[in-house]
Amino acid sequence: MGRKVGIEVSIAAAEAVGLCDVDVVAAYPITPQTHVVEHLSELCASGELDAEFVPVESEHSAMSVCCGSSAAGARTFTATAAQGLALMSEIVFIASSMRLPMVMFLANRALSSPLSIWNDHSDTMMVRDSGWIQVFCENGQEVYDSIFHSFRVAEDPKVSLPVMINVDGFNLTHVIEPIEFWTKEMAQKYIPPFKPLYKLYPDKVVTMGAFGMPEIYAEAKMSQDQALWNSYPVIKQAWDELAALTGRKYSPVELYKTEEAETLILGMGTICETASLAVDKMREQGKKVGLVKLRLWRPLPVDDIKNAISGAKNLLVLDRAVSFGAANGPVTTEIQSIMYHEKERPNIYNVIAGLGGRDVTPEDIIKMLETALANKNQGYNIHGVRG
Amino acid sequence: MADTEKKKVIKPIKNFSMEEYISSGHRACQGCAEVLAVRHVLKAIGPDMIMAMATGCMEIISSPYPLTSWNIPWIHVAFENAAAVASGVESGLKALRRKGRIPNKDVTIVAMGGDGGTTDIGFQALSGMIERGHKVIYVCVDNEAYMNTGIQRSSSTPIGATTTTSPTGKLEPEGKSTWKKDMVAIAAAHGIPYTATACPTFFTDLQKKIQKAKEVNGPSYIHILSVCPTGWRVPPNKAIEYGQLAVDTGVFPLYEVENGAWKLNRKPKELKPVSDYFKGQGRYRHLDERFTQQIQDKVTERWNKLVELCSEKPEK
Amino acid sequence: MTKPMEQISWQEIEAGGVITEPGNASCYHTGTWRSQKPKYDENACIRCWRCYVMCPDAVISPDLEKNIFVWNYDYCKGCGICAYECPAKAIVMEED
Repeated sequence: MGRKVGIEVSIAAAEAVGLCDVDVVAAYPITPQTHVVEHLSELCASGELDAEFVPVESEHSAMSVCCGSSAAGARTFTATAAQGLALMSEIVFIASSMRLPMVMFLANRALSSPLSIWNDHSDTMMVRDSGWIQVFCENGQEVYDSIFHSFRVAEDPKVSLPVMINVDGFNLTHVIEPIEFWTKEMAQKYIPPFKPLYKLYPDKVVTMGAFGMPEIYAEAKMSQDQALWNSYPVIKQAWDELAALTGRKYSPVELYKTEEAETLILGMGTICETASLAVDKMREQGKKVGLVKLRLWRPLPVDDIKNAISGAKNLLVLDRAVSFGAANGPVTTEIQSIMYHEKERPNIYNVIAGLGGRDVTPEDIIKMLETALANKNQGYNIHGVRG
Repeated sequence: MADTEKKKVIKPIKNFSMEEYISSGHRACQGCAEVLAVRHVLKAIGPDMIMAMATGCMEIISSPYPLTSWNIPWIHVAFENAAAVASGVESGLKALRRKGRIPNKDVTIVAMGGDGGTTDIGFQALSGMIERGHKVIYVCVDNEAYMNTGIQRSSSTPIGATTTTSPTGKLEPEGKSTWKKDMVAIAAAHGIPYTATACPTFFTDLQKKIQKAKEVNGPSYIHILSVCPTGWRVPPNKAIEYGQLAVDTGVFPLYEVENGAWKLNRKPKELKPVSDYFKGQGRYRHLDERFTQQIQDKVTERWNKLVELCSEKPEK
Repeated sequence: MTKPMEQISWQEIEAGGVITEPGNASCYHTGTWRSQKPKYDENACIRCWRCYVMCPDAVISPDLEKNIFVWNYDYCKGCGICAYECPAKAIVMEED
């Protein structure tokens, strides 16, 4: 077992990438992702990490370099946030369609305008349908462990897809937490050498990125969709093996104090830690409230979600992004869609909170819940908006 | 007569590969000099290569799934990023080679895009690739407009040419009113080790330049004028001839810049008038004498500057 | 031999749409596009290779045994470059 250190989460993530023996890192600086790639470039410069650090001229090129290096059979990593993700989004969709494994650390940040460097999930929701495996992290240890898990899953020949690790900007990227490190041996044991399904090399000539006529496009998309669904058991198994290695157990959906809970709160990312404090307080007051943490966002763990919430009377879904002009926030829309056909289903309420770095406290969450239950409001509201 | 004449025998061409790395069955238009340029680029490099290609004519004509014309490892990702994808392939192979995971063998990495994918939308990625020093040969196959989408103007469309987005009209009688972007000068301004112009009409010169680029320890940029009968509105059988005229009129001079030293590769004793080149091209049909003269003056001026640049000896 | 695209099921698509058979587009015969056909006069031919070198479709190849150049009409699109460029006028375009 590795040592436990107090360390900034971004630095720890970079150290994890180093332990994974990555071959190529391509990134363009953007707040709040910078500490990750700065540290990686230091590791490369000092020789501690034998990798090519490609300091690209834009995020669009960052993702393009990643496609090239992954296609060449190299273990590939990038990190970005908000506008950077928006700029590279064209290629984000192509990376998954071409089944190119790679890992992205996404320091979740609000999209402009107004320009904001602070946290919400509007960036990641923009690429919700990009075909990447997408996980959310609640604390530093999860982020650190997710790096290893993501390489393991992405490069599994049964998967061969890119993985996006969502890390709330500043709220998580810039905090110092106690993190238990892995050893090099653990990483090597957990992540086998990258053996891509196909690679660009003259010994076996392949054509990658052909174009699709209407006669074939739908089949290509079906194949891609199935690949993402088929990643689910691999993701779970990799988490089980991670548990055997580290003693830390992760699941697509995690439950907190849900025993006999009548009312549940569901969220993704660091807001879950805040919500758990709210649950503690309400439980102290004898209220039957519990928390459902959604770790795996794509592929959506449909049955796990059903099992977690179908017994409850009420469900408050915390969204951290606005889906402008839509019936609800993006997470709520998914949950409602899953539950529509269920006989037993909770009343589902939606609150959007924490936009552009607005602080969300446990008291806020208690208030959101009380208001939702009292008003039985349909549709969404943005918590704490003045006026 | 016939029995006294010495019978001619087919002799092999020197330093010329008989292999075809882009196979017949590709769907390029009749008389496409761009795919001819690609054919010669590939012959000059040989099998130990990987190509990253931008979206465009050459990509579309060669890869309708499940068919491919490529006999070399080939990747297409998007329109504006061939240079970045090639940077990634090069970086990946570099790391894998250093770690002993692939053979320690030189594999030539080529990025290829049309004039739109290079001089417009892929300009930034290309500049980044050159500045970072990736060992990649970037080849621009320039047919002087967005031919794949239906002949729209690019920044590489020459002055005076009409396209579907630079039509002639009462207010703009000249068609495209701005000069073609000077890509080789821009590449040279990066301090690139090797950059050159080429044209498949002069295939020996073209192949020589590609082979030179292959030996360079760093990035190289080759800008190839590729006559497009469809877009230029010329008969397909004249695709080679128009390449010759572009060079011999000084509209598209053949030159190279090697470590800062400029060199003309073809210097006609006297330039032909540009009107010889314009004649018969549908895209120039509207040009009157006055505007033709204006273009002629500028071509002459630029040619003289180029000759001057090429006669300067670099400091030792 | 590759299946025509309209017969391929989604399960048969290689991961990421990779094509593993190099140059398989040669099953597509572009010769059907042709309206004019080059006719070669071996007596007039000066064996200079220009037709071979300038063909965008790589359909001309030397037959060294017979000492002639031959056209693969499966692919020849009839662009007429070979005839136009032939310095010996040994190639003429004819209605196909």
